Order: sequence, then structure tokens, then C-alpha cells
Amino acid sequence: MRNTNTMDATSTGAIKSGMRRKMKARLSWIPVLAALAILILMLIAGQVHFGSFVTPAMLSSLLVDNAYLVVLAAGMTFVILTGGIDLSVGSVMAFTGMLSAKLLSVGVPVALVIPLMLIAGALFGTMIGVLIHFFDVQPFIASLAGMFLARGLCFVVSLEAIQVKDPFVLGLESARLGYGDWYITPTGIIALIVIAIAAWVLAYTRFGRTVYAIGGNEQSARLMGLAVARSKILVYVVSGVCAGIAGLIFTSYTAAGYSLNGIGTELDTIAAVVIGGTLLTGGSGYMVGSLIGVFVYGVIKTAITYLGADASWERISIGILLLAFVVVQRFIVARANRN
Amino acid sequence: MTRFFRSRLVWPMGALVALVLLNTISRPSFLSISVKNGQLYGSIIDILRDSAPLMLVALGMTLVIATRGIDLSVGAVMAISGAVALQFISKSTSPNRVGTVLIAIGIGVFITLLLGLWNGFLVAVVGIQPIIATLVLMLGGRGIALLITGGFITTITSSPYAQMAQGHLLGLPLAFFFSVGAIAIVGLLVRRTALGVLTESVGINPSASRLAGVRSRGIIWSIYGISGLLAGLAGILYSSNIMAADSNNAGFLIELDAILAVVLGGTSLRGGKFTLSGTVIGVFIIQTLTSTITFLGVPPAVTPVFKALVVILVCLSQSSRVRQYLGRIRHLRAAKPPIRLSGLETEVLAERKSG
Repeated sequence: MRNTNTMDATSTGAIKSGMRRKMKARLSWIPVLAALAILILMLIAGQVHFGSFVTPAMLSSLLVDNAYLVVLAAGMTFVILTGGIDLSVGSVMAFTGMLSAKLLSVGVPVALVIPLMLIAGALFGTMIGVLIHFFDVQPFIASLAGMFLARGLCFVVSLEAIQVKDPFVLGLESARLGYGDWYITPTGIIALIVIAIAAWVLAYTRFGRTVYAIGGNEQSARLMGLAVARSKILVYVVSGVCAGIAGLIFTSYTAAGYSLNGIGTELDTIAAVVIGGTLLTGGSGYMVGSLIGVFVYGVIKTAITYLGADASWERISIGILLLAFVVVQRFIVARANRN
Repeated sequence: MTRFFRSRLVWPMGALVALVLLNTISRPSFLSISVKNGQLYGSIIDILRDSAPLMLVALGMTLVIATRGIDLSVGAVMAISGAVALQFISKSTSPNRVGTVLIAIGIGVFITLLLGLWNGFLVAVVGIQPIIATLVLMLGGRGIALLITGGFITTITSSPYAQMAQGHLLGLPLAFFFSVGAIAIVGLLVRRTALGVLTESVGINPSASRLAGVRSRGIIWSIYGISGLLAGLAGILYSSNIMAADSNNAGFLIELDAILAVVLGGTSLRGGKFTLSGTVIGVFIIQTLTSTITFLGVPPAVTPVFKALVVILVCLSQSSRVRQYLGRIRHLRAAKPPIRLSGLETEVLAERKSG
């Protein structure tokens, strides 16, 4: 940039490209704002239809009940931003939960169990990342193998559900900090901390910039001298660690480890991230969008419970919403390309 | 002989033979076939019968993968066709008439054809990535199936319908003939008409084939339609086997098995060249593996671990890095003295290594 400014002819070009970049940045916020608009519209519609829909208790439960999904979405956002996908998160969440329940039941102290959960998640992430980067396996297939492996290992740990009685793990969900009808549990706080750290990492660190660069164009990122290999593997490790944290939250939420937990959660997570405005082709999206996406998902779930409608509508409406957002994304990408 | 070993089918075929040998050694009854009431029974016959739904789905998946796509919705589509057909039969006054059953199957399969075309529309016309386009139906499809059956598991009694999965013809299970028929029809369609070649060309290079005058849009569209139709038939077979429309469990995770079968058969997930015979072998490998695991006394729930290991091994064997490494070992004796590189080249190479 500094070099081009010395020449008049190219400086106008630089300004133009700068403007275009700003336009592009603004363009990438459109899906996030659209998701926010939909969230607010749904809340208003719910309030009008049900009378007392938007209450402090409902808004609090929106975060607390979906805390595990917030954490998973934070990890998934990194992966999708690089243009990859991680189908293993639901199974890894179930596996780490199962592992913790088993370890706790044989008397391993909780201070050891929680780091072990995170390490287990990180190991799955590393395996998937190495397969993708060094062996050129497609992200879809590599994480599919991770998904199968984690799900099968759940059943190796135990075929039955294991109850968790550890007071610390249970306390993560049962302890409530409240003000009036507003309340939050430690799991909710964990989710907020995770998403805040993730947002900071994505926006202000070298790793975050590299993630965007890889999603934009991996070849260019490599030629620029960015640490593509390290970052590409690291995003899957981050996603795996997030799945480990989500496993902890889910275990304390259900007070048990069960092998069939979290089937289909990977799809919910991807849907939430996409609804939150992250482009599936990578390179564009924001952490706050994923948080909004999870809330949109949560409101749909709550509204369907309020309506007393069949639970199958939940899946159908998520499908329709996902479709709508993908089509909007398609339109935005087509427009950006034309510019 | 070298030509034989270079054939893409050697590895999958070898894996299947190894599995069968392993089974025969651990239980000599594996290969034996007994005759009761003019019908054949035995483990092999069971594998032939039980593999039918996966066979239909995997054939469709092969074509979709050849176009560089993927169809995640097949499981949900199976649930929908079963739900539609069984709902029709349970509401009809004459569930035991062949005509009723045929109409029910017709409606079920027609609807899944439409669903397949819908997927094709999203991929070919709207231009959404196949994974996501079909994810929409995968998420929503089971919900639709549950709505059709009213949230219950519809059960029926209809002897013609039960015949499809449970009946026999010429001593062999009828379901096996569905497999054979589908293989023959799809095989004729893609290898005796231009469809197969055009599909491969679209998969190898979509824009080049469009410039060459191939109507890639229509081809992709019809391939997804075929995949939907075959998944619909698989759903009919599945529901006929249990005589119930179980929207939650019909075809659950079958998309993954189908993809695995295609990959095992030697079709690359990067699209382009495909092999139907490879897929057929892949399906038998998976079905034999499942049967082996059950026989060995491992809980069926642990099966995914073995499948994961198979996926990883197959992917590693297809990876260029591993092939290069193996090739280097093979050519070690004929190694040439290292070429002297200039400073810049060394730097570039070091860069590449560090990634």
C-alpha cells in the first residue's frame, strides 16, 4: 500500500480497491445483521402471539440450555472459516462426556478428569487435522472418520448410561447466579467466556487473521508466508477442545454420560454457524454471528415447545431456515464476484 | 498379470476375499448353504438379502460422487418413501391386493424422485455446494416423514408388501433380485448410453465440459433424481422388511455406509471416473464386515470404530503423500545422485516442507 501511494495513477486504484474492501467488509456483515433481524422478529412475533414469551427467565434459559451449542459453534466457526467442516463434534462431545462419567465413577478426581476431557478432544482434532493437511483427505471424510471413531469408542467405554454424582460437575449446572428473574449458571458463563475468547482470537491475533486468509485463498496465504499448515491443523484442534468443553457442559446438564448423546448435534452446529452468517466457502464470518445463530436455533426450539407443536417441526424449520440463509449467501457471493 | 494387478478392482476384491476367508476359518459354517422348502439359507444368502437397501443407495451415491457431489439426504429420503407407501396402504381398504401395493410403491418412489430433483435443482441451478444442499433435506426430511405418519410408527399387514423383502424367487431372496435389477439397469444406463461418459466429464472438469457443449446442468439434475429414486426404492425395501415406517431409524446413517462403499470400491471422492462394479464389491465388504463383527461377539454399537479404521486406511492409501513414500521405497535401489539445487530452489523447497 505504502509503495503504491507514491504513484498517482495507482493511488486512485488503491483507494478504489480500499473502498471495495470496505464494501466487501460491509457485505460480509449483511448475513449477521439478517440473522439478528430474524432473531428480533421471532422474539417480537412470539411476544405478540403468546403474550408472555420474552421474559427474563426465557432469555436466560436461551443461553443456559444452549450453552453446549454455543461452545461447539465457536469451534466450528474457526473450521468453517478455513473452508473446512467438522462432522465429528457431536460424537466427540458424547465421547468426552462418557469418558468423564466413567472416570468419575471409578474415583478419579475431577481436577484430573476435566483436563483429560480437553486433551481427548484435542487428540481427535489433531488426528482429523493431520489427515486433512498432510494426507490431503477431504475435511468431510476425515471428520466423518473421527465421528465414527468417537461414536464407537463411546460404546467401548460403556453400553449403558453412566450417572454422574460428582458435586463439582453437577454444580456447574445447578448453581445459579441470579438477579430477579434473570439467572445464569456456571455453564452459561463458560460458554460466554469461550465465545469471547474465540471472538478475540479471531479478530485480533495472527492466528485469527491466518484463518481468514486460508479461507479466502489457501494458495495465496501460503505464498504470503503465513503458517498455513499449523493453522489448518490448529482449527481442528480448537474445534476438538471446544467439543471437550461442550462434553463437560452437556454432562453436567444431563447429569449422566450416555453414548447416544449428541447425535445430529454436528448438523445443528453447522446450521447455527451458517445461519449466523459464516460463508461455507470460508473466509467470511464473525464469532458474534454464530452466537446469534445459536440463539435463533434456541428460539425456534422454545417456540415449538410453546406451540405444543410436533417436535418434527423443529427439524423442518431449521432445514428451511438453513436453506434460506444459504441462498442469501449464494446471492452475496455472486454479487461480490461481480464487483 | 501386471494389468490384472493394476486394475482398480484388485484391492477391494482382495479385501472382500480376505474377509470371507477370515470368516470361513473362524466359523466353517459361513460358506455352507442349506436348502429348506426349496429356498436357500445361509450366512452368504443373508448378506445378499440384507445388502439390498445399501446396494440401491450406494449405486445412486456412486453417480452423485462422480459429478463431484455428495448426497447426504438418502437416509431421510428412505424414511419418507417408507412413510408415504405405508401410510397409503394402511389407509386403503384392500391392503392385501397387489394393485394397492403397486400404487403405494409408485407414489412413494415418485415423491422421492421429486425430492432428488429438488436436491439437483439446489445444486445445479441455485449453485449451492452439494454437502449443504442435501444437508437441508437431511435435516428436514425425517421431520417430514414423521409428519406423514403423524408422529407414530405406522405398521401394516399386507402380504404382497411383505414379499418384497421377505419373499423368495428361484430359491433366492427376492430383495437380492432388486439389487441385481438395479445394478443391471444403472449399468446399462451409464455404460451403454453416453450418460456415464458425460457424468465423468462433468465430474472431472465442469467448466471445460460445459465449454465442450455438455449440458452439465441437466446431467447433474438427473443424477440427483436417480439417487433420490434409488433411495426411495431402498426405503420401500427397508419398510417391507420390518413392515413398519420407522421415520427415526429408517436409513439412519446409511449415507455414511453408502459413501464408504463407494470409496472402498475405488471411486475417488474428487469426482470423475467411477466404477459401479467397485461399488458393488464395496457394499458386500461392508455387509460382510457387519456380519463378521456381529459374529465375533462385538456389540453392534461398536461397529463404527471398525468403519472409522477402514475409512482412515482407505483414505491413506489414496493419499498422494503415502503413495509417493511407497514409491520412493520401491525405487530406492534405482536411486539417482541428488540433483544440485540453487539457493532459491532450496529455499522454495524448505518453504513447501514447512507448509
